[in-house]
Amino acid sequence: MKLKRYRSKRKYEPILPGPREWPVVQLSRNKKEFIKEVIEEAYGRIKSNTRNKTALIEELETTLYKEKARIRQTPWKVDPDDDHEFWSKVKNDLLEISQHKVKDEEKANKILHSIIERYAEEIAGNFNTSHYRFARGVITFGFNRLLNAARIKKLGGFWSSELTMNDKIQINGEVEKLRTLAKKGTVVIVPTHSSNLDSILIGWVIYTLGLPPVIYGAGLNLFNISIISYFMNSLGAYKVDRRKKNMIYLETLKSYSALALKKGCQSLFFPGGTRSRDGRVEKELKLGLLGTAIEAQRANYQEHGNDAEKIFIVPVSLNYHFVLEAPSLIRQYLEKRGQERYYVENDEFSSSYKIITFLFKFFTKGSDISVSIGDAMDILGNKVDEEGKSFDSTGREIQPKDYFVFQDKITVNKQREAEYTRMLAKKIVKQYSIIARVFSSHLIAFVAFEIINKKNKKLDLFSLLRLPEEDLVIPYSEFKTTCQRIKNKIEDRIKEGRMSQAEHMDDNIDNIIEHGLLNLGMYHSKRPLIKTEEGDITTMDMNLLYFYRNRLDGYGLEKHI
Amino acid sequence: MASKNIFDKPIGVVGAGSFGLSVANLLAENSEVLLYARNPEALESINKKREWNNYPIHQNIKAIDDLEQLASTCDIIFPVVPSANFRDMMKSLSPFLHPYHILIHGTKGLNLNLPAGKTLDNMEVLERHHIKTMSEVIMDESVVVRVGCLAGPNLAKEIAQGLPAATVVASPFNEVIQIGQQLLRSDRFQVYGNPDLIGIELCGVLKNIIAIASGALSGLGLGENARSLLISRGMAEMIYLGKALGGDVRSFIGLAGIGDLMATSHSTLSRNFTVGRRLAEGESLGRILGDMQEVAEGVNTVMIAKKIAESFKVRAPITEILHRVLFEGLTMEEAVQYLMKYPLNVDVDFI
Repeated sequence: MKLKRYRSKRKYEPILPGPREWPVVQLSRNKKEFIKEVIEEAYGRIKSNTRNKTALIEELETTLYKEKARIRQTPWKVDPDDDHEFWSKVKNDLLEISQHKVKDEEKANKILHSIIERYAEEIAGNFNTSHYRFARGVITFGFNRLLNAARIKKLGGFWSSELTMNDKIQINGEVEKLRTLAKKGTVVIVPTHSSNLDSILIGWVIYTLGLPPVIYGAGLNLFNISIISYFMNSLGAYKVDRRKKNMIYLETLKSYSALALKKGCQSLFFPGGTRSRDGRVEKELKLGLLGTAIEAQRANYQEHGNDAEKIFIVPVSLNYHFVLEAPSLIRQYLEKRGQERYYVENDEFSSSYKIITFLFKFFTKGSDISVSIGDAMDILGNKVDEEGKSFDSTGREIQPKDYFVFQDKITVNKQREAEYTRMLAKKIVKQYSIIARVFSSHLIAFVAFEIINKKNKKLDLFSLLRLPEEDLVIPYSEFKTTCQRIKNKIEDRIKEGRMSQAEHMDDNIDNIIEHGLLNLGMYHSKRPLIKTEEGDITTMDMNLLYFYRNRLDGYGLEKHI
Repeated sequence: MASKNIFDKPIGVVGAGSFGLSVANLLAENSEVLLYARNPEALESINKKREWNNYPIHQNIKAIDDLEQLASTCDIIFPVVPSANFRDMMKSLSPFLHPYHILIHGTKGLNLNLPAGKTLDNMEVLERHHIKTMSEVIMDESVVVRVGCLAGPNLAKEIAQGLPAATVVASPFNEVIQIGQQLLRSDRFQVYGNPDLIGIELCGVLKNIIAIASGALSGLGLGENARSLLISRGMAEMIYLGKALGGDVRSFIGLAGIGDLMATSHSTLSRNFTVGRRLAEGESLGRILGDMQEVAEGVNTVMIAKKIAESFKVRAPITEILHRVLFEGLTMEEAVQYLMKYPLNVDVDFI
């Protein structure tokens, strides 16, 4: 254990010598051309999705309708000033087409092209090497300072270098393999997503591990704030606007991702699509962007045969004791589940002040974080070795190219690839459940919630969450024995290779409970779990307890409560 | 050879049982077929006499006894072996398979994948991952992912006589369905597609239970009202069980569900039906199974399905009572009485 901890603190040399070699630099250097390619690609896709001009015109009208609604209902600061103007022009052009008996396909194509162009320009990242270096430096420096100031708790601490990010964030798992494979092919990192902090944290992890910068989709709302926007751009982010759910936008986004992957850009998607609202580790993944990895791999094989660059999928689990947004996330989840029809995509990051306080709180107060790097796999979820070769479950080498082959030829089959994406998503979800590290706080939240649940078997979730205070007290001895029992069950599963836990779980159960109580949602105004004066266990906020409990959902541990 | 090959390579079939031969004969109308037969007698008879077990063998079929040769020559393979041997067959075939292979199986049984040392009797509760359909066995044991199955009212003897029939090819992959259609379709054989692979497999598996019960009704001479009652309640029971295992209700009211159920419940040609009839006529299970040439999958299925019903808390009175008749010494008369006294249920509550 000690050795592992040491390893997780080591420094990693960059795997590629200079920025000149970074694919992302190549990409931004030829940005104009790249966007042109994206537009062409997206145009081709959409044309093949819409069989004839009537369908195309319908698609354009739907898009226009949705975009008008977006501008009216959820305007954001980051939206360009000419948004209204642009869509009014689209409206007039469409009107003109509809007035003629014979619809003019050329005109419709032109409208489509102009929309794609607009989207592609918006999505495209703005990577810049010197900005990248600067931003990296500022972030590392800034966080280290903040960390020291907070931990050492005196003003002078601000300038001390005793503590660094490395002390706060543990990276474990298949680190060396990730570094090796990043030299051999294109790595696609797919992390779990529970906090707004994830984007920044994972950026730091990638830098720490010496990997070249990755491109990743970051929510457009993060670009609302100019300072964050600057950092995001510098770190290689491209923009994803989750308000735009029309086909033209989604296809443009996918084209961007697929082409970048084809050019060998290491990429990152949050395949859950959005932060986990209920605290569960993702079980359902969004397939759109994930599918672009499979597509790009097939395209590589088509162009280069057996020498094609391989794409490796690396699941990553980000583990926290404490998710700052937990109260609002679980509220949104419960509202939605409680059949509240319309809930607004609210934006906790609406002002610079909010985000700065968020970051400050997180880096000063948040407790330890661990990042688990999962085992790399090929685009169908097969194991790969250090050489990047794929193996089946019996250890026989296989050629992923063969998945695209029919009658000795690589064939393009969208439906087949959609099915492969579904299969890959299942494999990723399975890896998540294996590498997600159990913390003391997860254990006690799970046990406490399930004890209360068991005592009130007949209640549905909503009634359970509304139980009166006096029904929420659990005698300590009962709590302790149950924690021990569940911990044993977790250890059985670890032996079977189905779960993992943090090092601090190697301790006696009293200490683990203490550690958990100290850390579980530690800076929420209402603590999910506390000790009463009599030394028993109770909660101040059932919703939050439920949120943290969900981290251990899906392992079949409930039946041992 | 008079085949109008659609694909460049011959099509593979594994298994020379009656349904394996039917499939091989159907395929042979459009393609060359390599048939893997384990039994040297069968191999010789197929290649020389062009006949086996009273089934005529199409001239485009060539029998071989080498799985490696089969896998390296054929991209598309139809495994049709009894469920009890299926996993072993896949284990032997797997080393020669690649992700470009396409497998469409025609086996209508379940495989149990229990932890070491456990049997159906000492397992407390079955979980879904303990129960494998044949497509799941294929995916477990090999790298093949483009998998499909054949199911439907396909009584081997009728197909051999050249009577008109139809089947369902099920697969999540459209290309697999299309290939199945291209390969099997003829003037006398129609092919439908369905994306619900698990559901269609379960149709084929679960209908065998009802077929045994239907045979029993015949043996007891209980008439057509009783049979219709059995078929429609049996249908509901198949749907409950099928849903619990992840099948789509709609698949059960199609050709592979109600269609196959009708055929096997009415036909004296069906092996499972025969088991039920002879039981009702007073023979013992051991004796019946002893002198049957081929496996009646339904007997094994009753055993597994009963455990599934208990584990997943599904109401399945026909399966339960059949289990008592088959393995616990209840007589058929008692079984019928029990079912007739079963508390009334809602007619249709599964849609």
